[in-house]
Amino acid sequence: MNKAEHMDGTIKEARKTSSEKMDGVMDTKIEVKNLDFYYGDYKALKNVNLTIPDRRVTAFIGPSGCGKSTLLRALNRIYEMYPGQRAEGEVNIDGTNILAARDLTQLRAKVGMVFQKPTPFPMSIYENVAFGIRLYENLPKAEIEERVYWALSRAALWDEVKDKLNAEGTGLSGGQQQRLCVARAVAVKPEILLMDEPASALDPISTAKLEQLIAELRDDYCIAIVTHNMQQAARAADYTAFMYLGELAEVAPSEQIFTHPSDPRTQDYIMGRFG
Amino acid sequence: MNRRVRQRQRWDFLMAVVSYAMTGIVLFILGAILWALLWNGISAIEPAMFTESTPAPGNEGGLANAIVGSLMMTVIAILIATPIGIMAGTYLAEYGKEGRVASIVRFINDVLLSAPSIIVGLFIYGVVVTTMGHFSGWAGAAALAVIALPIVVRTTEDMLTLIPDSLREAGAAIGAPRWMVITQISYRAAFSGMLTGVLLAIARISGETAPLLFTALNNQFWSTNLNDPMANLPVVIFQFAMSPYEDWQRLAWGGALLITTAVLLLNIFARVISTRNKGRA
Repeated sequence: MNKAEHMDGTIKEARKTSSEKMDGVMDTKIEVKNLDFYYGDYKALKNVNLTIPDRRVTAFIGPSGCGKSTLLRALNRIYEMYPGQRAEGEVNIDGTNILAARDLTQLRAKVGMVFQKPTPFPMSIYENVAFGIRLYENLPKAEIEERVYWALSRAALWDEVKDKLNAEGTGLSGGQQQRLCVARAVAVKPEILLMDEPASALDPISTAKLEQLIAELRDDYCIAIVTHNMQQAARAADYTAFMYLGELAEVAPSEQIFTHPSDPRTQDYIMGRFG
Repeated sequence: MNRRVRQRQRWDFLMAVVSYAMTGIVLFILGAILWALLWNGISAIEPAMFTESTPAPGNEGGLANAIVGSLMMTVIAILIATPIGIMAGTYLAEYGKEGRVASIVRFINDVLLSAPSIIVGLFIYGVVVTTMGHFSGWAGAAALAVIALPIVVRTTEDMLTLIPDSLREAGAAIGAPRWMVITQISYRAAFSGMLTGVLLAIARISGETAPLLFTALNNQFWSTNLNDPMANLPVVIFQFAMSPYEDWQRLAWGGALLITTAVLLLNIFARVISTRNKGRA
C-alpha cells in the first residue's frame, strides 16, 4: 500500500464518529466515543469522538480553554484526583473502556504522562527512573540498573547524567528535567505517552531536543501531545486535532490541517484570527 | 522639581528613619536580654551545674536533676506529638482539604495553637494528675505534648500544601497509589519544612513553665521515675529566682542562660535546614 492511500484511510477513519473498526489500514490505539467532561456543573468537553492511531504522534491544538488538556487528562483518568471532575462516554484503549475499568494501576502502567512543568520527584536521578519500575516489577538490582540505563538512553539524557546519577533530579536544567520525566515514563514500558504542553516551559534549544526525542519515540509509542504552538504541531505530529469550545472541530494529517483545513474555525485559528 | 515630589522624598526619608529606629529598639531589647543572661548566668555555668542536683539553700549544688527532667519530658512530649501531628497535618493537606471536617479540625487546631499554656496545664491536671492522685513526669510530658501538637499539625499542613499538585499528579500518573505518593513523594519534598516544625515545637515547649507547675511540679532530688514528680528547668528557675537565697538566684540565672542558648541553637539549626533545602523544591 502506498503512502497516499494509507493517509487517506486514516482521515476517513478519524472523521468517523461511530465505533466502526479500522479497515486494517492503521492500528487504532485509543478510541474516544461520545465523551463529555464536567468540572462540577461546567461542561468542558461536548461529545468528543476520535481515534488516535498507534505508533504515530497526534497533536491537539486550539485556543486556551478549548478542552485539549482536559481531553488528554481523561485518557489516563488523572482527573479523578479531584472531586467534582467526571467523564461520561467511552475511552477505549485496545478495545477496553478504561472509564469503566476498576484497576487504575494497570491503566497507568500502560499510559505514561509528561506534564507542562517538569515534575522530577524529590530524589536522585537514578531513583526518579527506578521509582516507577519498582512499582510494577520486582527485579534484581542489576536489571533495574539496566532498565534505568535503557530509559535514560531512550530519553536522550544518558550522556548528560551518566556521571551524576545520584545527584538530585531537581538540580538538572528545565530541559533535562523534562527529558528525565520522559525517561521515568518510558521506564515502566507504557504503550501510550500523553504530553501536556511539554515544551511550554522550555527554551528553544531544549524544545528542539524534546521534539527530536518525540520523533525518535514515535515508532514505538502512541503519542498524544497537547501544544499551544502550531509550528510544533506541524513539525512533530503526524495528525493534528483542532479543538474549539469543548468540541473536536477537525482532525486530519498535520500537513493537511495546516495547508487546507476543511473547517472554517480551524482556518481562522491557524491564520491567527483568534486564540 | 515640584513641591509634591520633595514632600514625597521627605516622607520617604522619614519612614526609613523610623523603620530603622524601631528595628534598632527591638534588637536592643533582645541584645539587653541576652547580655543580662550572660552577665548574670555565665558564672553559674560550671561542671557542678551538670553533675549535681538542686541544693538546699546555702549548699553547693547544680541543676542536673532539672536538666535531665526537662530533657526526658521534652523528648517524650515530642515522641507523642510528632506522629499524631504529622498524621493530622497530612489529613488536612492531602485528604480533608477544604471539606467541612477539615475546616473544623483546622479551626480547633488554631484555637489550641493560641490557647494559654496554663489552661493546658490545668486540663492535664484535671485529666491525668487527679486520676493518678499525684504530680508526675508523665503528666508533665502530656502537657508539653498538647502544646507541641498544634505546632506540628500546622507546619505539616502548611509544608504539604506548598507542594505543587503537579508533583502529586506525576506520582499518580506513573501509577503510584495515594499513600505512596504521600509518603515517598510529598513527605520527601516537604521534609525540611516538616522537620523545622518539629524543631520549633521543641524550642517552644522547652521553655514552658505554667503547664509544668500543675503537672510535673518539681523534685528536689535526682529522679528519672516518670511516675514521680519531676524536676525541670523552667519551674526550678521560677522557684529559685523568686527565692531570697543568692546561690539559688545564681543557679536560676544559669538555668535561664542554658535554656535560652539551647532554644537559640535550635532556631538557628531550623533556619539553616529550611534555607539550605529551599533551592531544591
